[in-house]
Amino acid sequence: MDDLLSEFLTETSESLSTLDVELVKLEQNPNDPEILSNIFRLVHTIKGTCGFLGLPRLEAVAHAGENVLGKIRDGELIVTAEAVTLVLESIDTIKYLLGELESNETEPDGNDADLIARLNHFADTGELVGKGAAPASAAPAKPAVKMESVIDYSLDAEMDIDAEPEDEPDPEPTPAPAAAPVAAPSKAVQTAKKPAAEAPKAEARGEAKESSVAAQTIRVNVELLENLMTLVSELVLTRNQLLQMVRGKDDSEFTVPLQRLSHITTDLQEGVMKTRMQPIGNAWAKLPRIVRDLALEMNKKIDLQMIGADTELDRQVLELIKDPLTHMVRNSADHGLEDIPGRRDAGKPETGTVTLNAYHEGGHIIIEISDDGRGLNIERIRAKAISNGLATESELDSMADSQIHQFIFKAGFSTAEKVTSVSGRGVGMDVVRTNIEKIGGTVELKSVEGRGSTFVIKIPLTLAIVSALIVESGGERFAIPQISVLELVRASSNSEHSIERIHDTPVLRLRNRLLPLVTLKKILGLDDTAEAEQAVDEEAFIVVTQVGTYSFGIIVDRVFDTEEIVVKPVAPILRDLSLFSGNTILGDGSVIMILDPNGIASKTGEITVGGSQGVESKAKTDGSERQTTSMLVFRAGGSEMRAVPLALVARLEEIECENIEYSNNRPLVQYRGKLMPLVFIDSSYQMKTEGRQPTLVFQDRERTMGLVVDEIVDIVDDVLNVELTSDQDGLVGSAVIDGKATDLIDAGYYLELAFSDWFGNEETGGEKKRVLLVDDSPFFRNLLSPMLSVSGFNVTTVENAEQALELKNNGVMFDAIISDIEMPGMNGFEFAQTLQNDEAWGEVPIIALSSHTSEEDFERGRKVGFSDYVAKFDRDALVSTLIQTLAAV
Amino acid sequence: MSMTKALVPSHDRMNALDLGGSAKDFVTASIGKQLFGIPVLTVQDVLGPQRITRIPLAPPEVAGSLNLRGRIVTAIDVRKRLGLRDREDKNPGMSIVVDQGGELYSLMVDQVGEVLSVPQSAFEQNPATLDPRWREFSDGIFRLEKTLLVILDVNRLLDFTSSVKQAG
Repeated sequence: MDDLLSEFLTETSESLSTLDVELVKLEQNPNDPEILSNIFRLVHTIKGTCGFLGLPRLEAVAHAGENVLGKIRDGELIVTAEAVTLVLESIDTIKYLLGELESNETEPDGNDADLIARLNHFADTGELVGKGAAPASAAPAKPAVKMESVIDYSLDAEMDIDAEPEDEPDPEPTPAPAAAPVAAPSKAVQTAKKPAAEAPKAEARGEAKESSVAAQTIRVNVELLENLMTLVSELVLTRNQLLQMVRGKDDSEFTVPLQRLSHITTDLQEGVMKTRMQPIGNAWAKLPRIVRDLALEMNKKIDLQMIGADTELDRQVLELIKDPLTHMVRNSADHGLEDIPGRRDAGKPETGTVTLNAYHEGGHIIIEISDDGRGLNIERIRAKAISNGLATESELDSMADSQIHQFIFKAGFSTAEKVTSVSGRGVGMDVVRTNIEKIGGTVELKSVEGRGSTFVIKIPLTLAIVSALIVESGGERFAIPQISVLELVRASSNSEHSIERIHDTPVLRLRNRLLPLVTLKKILGLDDTAEAEQAVDEEAFIVVTQVGTYSFGIIVDRVFDTEEIVVKPVAPILRDLSLFSGNTILGDGSVIMILDPNGIASKTGEITVGGSQGVESKAKTDGSERQTTSMLVFRAGGSEMRAVPLALVARLEEIECENIEYSNNRPLVQYRGKLMPLVFIDSSYQMKTEGRQPTLVFQDRERTMGLVVDEIVDIVDDVLNVELTSDQDGLVGSAVIDGKATDLIDAGYYLELAFSDWFGNEETGGEKKRVLLVDDSPFFRNLLSPMLSVSGFNVTTVENAEQALELKNNGVMFDAIISDIEMPGMNGFEFAQTLQNDEAWGEVPIIALSSHTSEEDFERGRKVGFSDYVAKFDRDALVSTLIQTLAAV
Repeated sequence: MSMTKALVPSHDRMNALDLGGSAKDFVTASIGKQLFGIPVLTVQDVLGPQRITRIPLAPPEVAGSLNLRGRIVTAIDVRKRLGLRDREDKNPGMSIVVDQGGELYSLMVDQVGEVLSVPQSAFEQNPATLDPRWREFSDGIFRLEKTLLVILDVNRLLDFTSSVKQAG
């Protein structure tokens, strides 16, 4: 049976029994306004619900009854035994109709015109018509005179039903597509179209009927269920405790009864959990109406698809996601979908679709909210981010689209052009995200401009019991919720995985990525001595954790097994400890703190807005969400800071001064079986005479060069923003790195110093390939062109796509083009698109150069005609891609 | 000495004690040489040494948390709270468990003594010269025959927000 219908039946039969009692009371105390208004309210509720559910016959009776009661309440009619009998008769009719509804799930044929007429007559005149004739079971007699009143009532009925068909007062509702804003009884996709207008036509379809709905369900106070849940949770814990005690004692007399207890407890736990489970459709029930109203107001056509409405989840969770869900659907319908002309212009069908899809996936429930609207407007988000001071233009330039999308989760961020009554007030997605994260869930966002957006919410099924990994750090045990744990890695100095350090920051190489690490001991202030650090380097366990899209490793001393725990809130005096989400009692009876990965992530400076590829080495994070570059900061000759992109440096070495030899007055060292020339930052540089000299080793193919420096200061991740370009040899310019003005050295210049033939004169075997480099940043042009020259290409650089096109128009030809993506004016994608069908350059392979290389970018790049996609700092990849691409042509 | 029914839990009082009754019952506890009293009705339990889980980053006065028959109890080191030095002997001490707003707290003291019923006539306000921190946590003094009984205001003792400002 339809959920809503059965709920209605349960509720109404309860009201009806109250009504009986109240009416009799009323007869005894005809002047008690309280009883009267109580009765009136009950009948009114029944009438209202009938209208909503599309039960016209029931509604008509209830309406007529209400009418009489209304008059009585207003003092126009006097309560007499006859009046009460008449009202009771209408109540009986309602009961009869309900009984039919319950067994057949439809209203019975026939009508109650006679009764209604009598009720109306009474209401109008205060007198009874003749004598009470046909009882409620009502033969389908339909005197034409009485018909009118039915029609009248349907017309002025509050619910504004379509007028009753005039030729037949109360037909069996034809099986219209189920349009009631209700959860579908099965997995069927339910399409809700203009629900309110068509609601009265709704029809309850039959599955196996239940005998008596009212008798089979009872209403239980939610609090009782909550208490039950708490008790069961405690029972589970006690059971675990007992199991732990018996574990290891094979011949204990407790083993068998304990096993039984264990099974029963598990069943009980499941049973109680089930009482709290509700279909997610309950949270969706309001949505069709909201969407419909919104569609009218915004002049849009919206089709709301709801899939998986019967997916169940804990009611506590349900309550908590109800509002975020409503908000997101509203957002999709309001901001996401275009209006009718807009859709027509975009070549889409006029009716936009918002799809809700819920399903279970491994102990979680996934809810997807997608629309086929315009998608997020990157430009507007950028503009807004800049005007809100969340990021600077250059920071945004180096961000992937998916990272820019994340800004919509920031507080006070609304890109709606105008504030509508529905949305656009700048409160929203941040609250949504906070609420979802509060219950241990995550929100992800995918959006393609012009094609729509999809939000994916992942939430735990229940909050009461979670699975947690128990770890030890600094002699204390902690629990980490399993949901945020990706994997465990054992690192030791002599295994495949070992912890490495950049300055003092530990990192781990994991599948060709650098994973930032945090030492639990350290952030918890349990032990931050140097010995502890040492011990960690030798052997440690790393819990790879994910928060949103940001993953990091937590270094712990030991890892125990996982355990089911009941999360209990911490004492109020400890609430401000953001690193803990709660505490619990373990099977062995000890209290343990539950770590909050979100808290750890924000405590260690990371940014919930991470790129999916944003796991670069984090020596220092500046707490903001920006695409950063790792820079090696050093000092050489003088106190000023100098820096070079870390990616260009092959190795850091310390050279014994006594090993330095001279050839032709140039210093050399024997390095890995070869001679490596050493160069200085400038000609006046004085090298140490003894001890060790730190050296940056640059390598290219077979050649290596060492740049002698005084001191390697740090490796800093910062937004690279070259502020002053320099004419001085060996310097690219100056930038603020880690808060200090720092000179960026030009690696190419020093390479040339070491090998005068470093650029050019290379045995390239034939003609050099001509490569065009398009990049708006002078820094990258300076960086890449020597690199490419070294590799034997003839490089031409231009600042932007427009200049490149000028070259094309002048008839210049190239073998390959390397283009940046984010450029002022025409961006890389547009540039590639322009060239795609060009006569002259159409066949020239284009390699995209970007600081972010997400799947999405990649795909987009391919689409517009890029042959390949290379990360900006991956010089080896660039060269090899170039060679491959050229070989393929 | 008779029990008075006029006793009210300490959290119902503002600053001064209810002076209506003729005698009051206190659970006594000693820290160092000082005797303290906690109104008997606020006390839930008296515990011996417990296994306590440390809570990193918590205020220093919070010794940790412990499991009392399935409930998590936050242990407060009253010595630290009163600004006393850590005790020098190895005696593990005892705890008095109190309920505040539905949360249980275990107040760690050196020793828990008997329940004393003290006549109202022996009550004195805090001397004006008392250490400000002590004055904040003390509800007044009872003159006993051989010693003085300092009445602890459990609410204030557990109110970490205001004390940060005052004692901090």
